[in-house]
Parts: sequence; structure tokens; C-alpha cells
Amino acid sequence: MSKLDKSDVEKIAFLARLGVDKQDIPEYVTNLSNILDMVEQLDSVDTEGVKPMAHPLDAVQRLRADEVTEVNDRENLQAHAPETADGLYLVPKVID
Amino acid sequence: MYNKTIAELSAGLKAGEFSSVELTQTYLDRIKTLNEQLNCFITVTPEIALEQAKEADAQRASGHAGLLNGIPLSQKDIFCTKGVKTSCGSKMLEPFISPYDATTITKFNDSGAVMLGKTNMDEFAMGSSNETSWYGPVKNPWNLDAVPGGSSGGSAAAVAARLTPAATGTDTGGSIRQPASFCGITGLKPTYGRVSRYGMIAFASSLDQAGPMTRTAEDAALMLNVMAGFDQRDSTSIDRAVPDYSTDLNDSLDGLKIGLPKEFFAEGLDDEVAKVIESAVKEYEKMGAVIKEISLPTSHLAVPTYYIIAPSECSSNLSRMDGVRYGYRCDDPKDLNDLYIRSRGEGFGTEVKRRILVGTYALSEGFYDAYYVKAQKTRRLISNDFNRAFEQVDVIMGPAAPSTAFNIGELTDDPITMYLSDIYTIAVNLAGLPGMSIPAGFANNMPVGLQLIGKHFAESKLLNAAHQFQKQTDWHLKTPDLFK
Repeated sequence: MSKLDKSDVEKIAFLARLGVDKQDIPEYVTNLSNILDMVEQLDSVDTEGVKPMAHPLDAVQRLRADEVTEVNDRENLQAHAPETADGLYLVPKVID
Repeated sequence: MYNKTIAELSAGLKAGEFSSVELTQTYLDRIKTLNEQLNCFITVTPEIALEQAKEADAQRASGHAGLLNGIPLSQKDIFCTKGVKTSCGSKMLEPFISPYDATTITKFNDSGAVMLGKTNMDEFAMGSSNETSWYGPVKNPWNLDAVPGGSSGGSAAAVAARLTPAATGTDTGGSIRQPASFCGITGLKPTYGRVSRYGMIAFASSLDQAGPMTRTAEDAALMLNVMAGFDQRDSTSIDRAVPDYSTDLNDSLDGLKIGLPKEFFAEGLDDEVAKVIESAVKEYEKMGAVIKEISLPTSHLAVPTYYIIAPSECSSNLSRMDGVRYGYRCDDPKDLNDLYIRSRGEGFGTEVKRRILVGTYALSEGFYDAYYVKAQKTRRLISNDFNRAFEQVDVIMGPAAPSTAFNIGELTDDPITMYLSDIYTIAVNLAGLPGMSIPAGFANNMPVGLQLIGKHFAESKLLNAAHQFQKQTDWHLKTPDLFK
């Protein structure tokens, strides 16, 4: 796991759909590389046979009966959207 | 009136010494004159507060007073509050007026509490100093040049400056306990799953937990009595009976076994802070507790483990901030990617971006096992260490933070050193344990917090130990000079 370079940061930023100012990229390269250096400490830890821990109490996903419990609240929820029409969220045209 | 605790204010309201409207107005006036120096609040809600106070007074008059009837509280701006701006400290949610209440808010409303406003915080709770807030840094009431800690810095500073009797916080890696330590107040992070996360804007879902920030342990118990409990709407909520947290406060500590992890007193801890913690531990010995040195050998893995798990979960959680359904949207997007990239690029601040990038990288194809799964494994080793320690002791104690509050701007260019200010608190989140910070003295004229860590669901034991300490000491009663 080597340190990152400028093009790595640009690639990760695109994967995250996250705009990053060109002038800030060198700083992100340094910061991210330092963070990755720090977490590299874990490489030397023997975790053979250790079960990954997803929930601190090892609880599993609860299931419930398949019944309608929530009312349709579309109008209230869409009132907070930047742009809607006819109950739909609007984004720039995707298909010509 | 503003120097009273929740317990004292409740007694005053019950005895008819003052009304909730009078009490609420007192705090609103204090906020109006003093908040400008501190920047504790993102939103103050005087109309809602006075309306709720009036309602609380009417309920009391009709004999229907809830547990926190008429008590003014402040809510961290991470909790969704219906009809009120819920920004999470971010420009991204600047336009967001929540269409619903978080479960915690509903519970406080049902208890008759009054909301004074929404407190400032690090952006999306990512920070240890409150400097990442889009709404500007919060100042520490003990020294206006210092940070209040974070991410619940607005709540901590507001309680310390007596702008609110108590407040809520959330704690993913120390965000209740570290600011409680820096501001000289009492903060409790409950067991993971004890308090509902519904409507609490998610940062790292397997770590986030809400809790009370108060003057005293007695008040923290009163708050937790309202906050705790199973919630169908939180998929990781634990279905387990809620005790009355006030019941055990006065139990004797005679024979209580306290473990001091030697790793918490090693290099990196400020000498003056260490002295304060040592004298606090002596206080417990005087009360009959038995002190035992213990070891948490994987402690040094907590920070690196956390800085994979938390950013990974944050990058996933924050993908919903896309400029489509709510929140900030950039001007004139030319296509869908441009809409996402610019809305997120303009809406998020530097620290949030840093963590999204780290998390995206850790979760990306080819790296997932090496980072995220590896960290989940070291997380279990850290948790196992605590389980072993709790076979020998009832409560673990140590410093809440390695230093007192640092100055504003001191660590902003050095993210790793900033991350290390949570070195003693992070492991507790990874293991899902309850933890507290209580005022234990002063070092370099700034407050120092003693951290108490308990077994899963042992909140009553922590509150008992904290309350007994507060009966023997008066550190929790100290008020910053500027806000007396």
C-alpha cells in the first residue's frame, strides 16, 4: 500500500463525485498519504481467524412483519428538494 | 436561576418558585447577551421555546407534568427538528428545514422539555475542536482563545457558560467526552444502541451514539431517563429494559474495583493533566474503591482502526448528500455528474472532504479487505481487551483527553495530531461501551475531565461513581469568570 499521488486523489475524488479545488490537491495528497501511513500500523497485527466486528454488540439485523407501517409523505418530503415536478425529483437531462 | 442544575430547577418549578416561561426567558436573555462571544448556537428558537414553556406550565397546572417538564434544553444541530433548520454544521444542509423530528427530540418534547435552540458543532460531527463548522468556531468559555473541543463543542460551551441548563451531544469517537473535558462539564456517551439514532444525522453508523451533556451526573441520569430506550425506527437499537438511572446514584463505592490502564498514562499525556487524574483516583480510594493497574494492549490500534472505519462509514452515509433530494445544489449544473460533483464540492468543507476521500479509497475495489475488513478485525481485538479487563474490574478510569483545550488554529494544519486528541475515547466507541467525562480539576488554568468507562449497559454504575465523586468535590460547580 504505497502513498498516493495527484492522479490517485483525482480518481478517488471522482469515485466520490466530490469536487476538489485544483490548488488544494497537493494538500490532500499529503494529508491522505499521512493518514494511510498511520493506518498501516494495522498491517503488522496478526488477525488470523478473527471475525470482523460490524456491530459492537454483535447484534444482527432485526426483521419485522411485512406490513405497511409508514404513510406516504411525498409532498412533505419533496417540499425540501431543490427542484421537483409532478412528484418527481428533477436533475439535468441524462438521456438525449 | 441560571446557576441551578436540572434537579434544582425541577424542584423550583414544582414548588411554584418560578414558571417555565420565566425560566426560559432567563436563558433566552443570557443567550442574547452572551452567545455572540462564544458562537454556541447555530439557531436560537425563542418563539418555539416560549410556546413550549407556556404549554409546560399549563401541563403542570393540570397535573400532567412530564419528567423534564418546563426544563430548557439545547439540541445539537445534528438532531432533526421538525420545522427548524437542521444544518449539522454544514453549508450542505444550510437550506434544510427538517420535515420530521428525531426520536430523541420527540422524547424530549413528550417529557415537557423546552428547546432553546440548536447548538454549533463540527461539520457533520467530524472534528475535535469545533473549527470545522461552516458557522464558525465556538470559543471555550474558560479562555476565549481556546477551542471548546468537538464535535459537540457548542453544547459543551453553552452548558459551561450557563446559557442552557443542559444539552444533547453525540459521540462517534469522543465528541461528547472530549468537549465535556475541555469545558469542565459532565458528559455521558451511553452504550451503543441504548439511545435511538433515528433522525440523528449519521456520521459513522456503527459508532454514533447520543447522550446528555450536563453540569452534574444527577442531571445526566435525568436526561438519560428520557433519551434511552428501544426504537423500531433505528435498525441497530437494542431492545432491552431501561432502568431508572437515578436509583443507584447514592450507592456506596466501598469495594468498587477501578482499573487504570497503564497505556492511558504513557507517553503523550500532559504531566499536569496526569496529576489531576491521579488526585481524582485518590479521591475514589478515600471512598473505599480498590485501584488496580490493568492493561489494554491493543490501545495503540484504536486511532488507526477508527480512521478506517469512521471515514468508510461516513463516505457511504454522506453519499446521500447529492444535491437532488434536499440540501445545497450548485448553480446551473451542466449534466448529472456536474450536479453531484459541484454540489458536493461546494457544500462540504475540507475535513469532511478529507474523510470522504479516505473512506472512498478504503472501500474501493481491491482495497476493501486490506482496509475495512482488516479494521473490523482489529476492532474486535480492541473490544476483547476490554472484555478481559472487565473480568477483573467494575469501572475503568483515566484521562478523557491527553491535554487541556488547545488554542483556536493551533492544530488545523495538522489533522493527525488533531485526531490524537481522541486517543483515550475512540476505543470506547469501537467497543460500544458507555463512557463519561466528569470535571476532575484544572491544569494550566483549564478544566480536566476524568473518563469513566463501564461494561455494556452499565450506565447506572458510571452515574453512581460520578455522582459520588461530585458529592466529595466541587469541580463541577466551577463557573468561568466571564459567565458568572
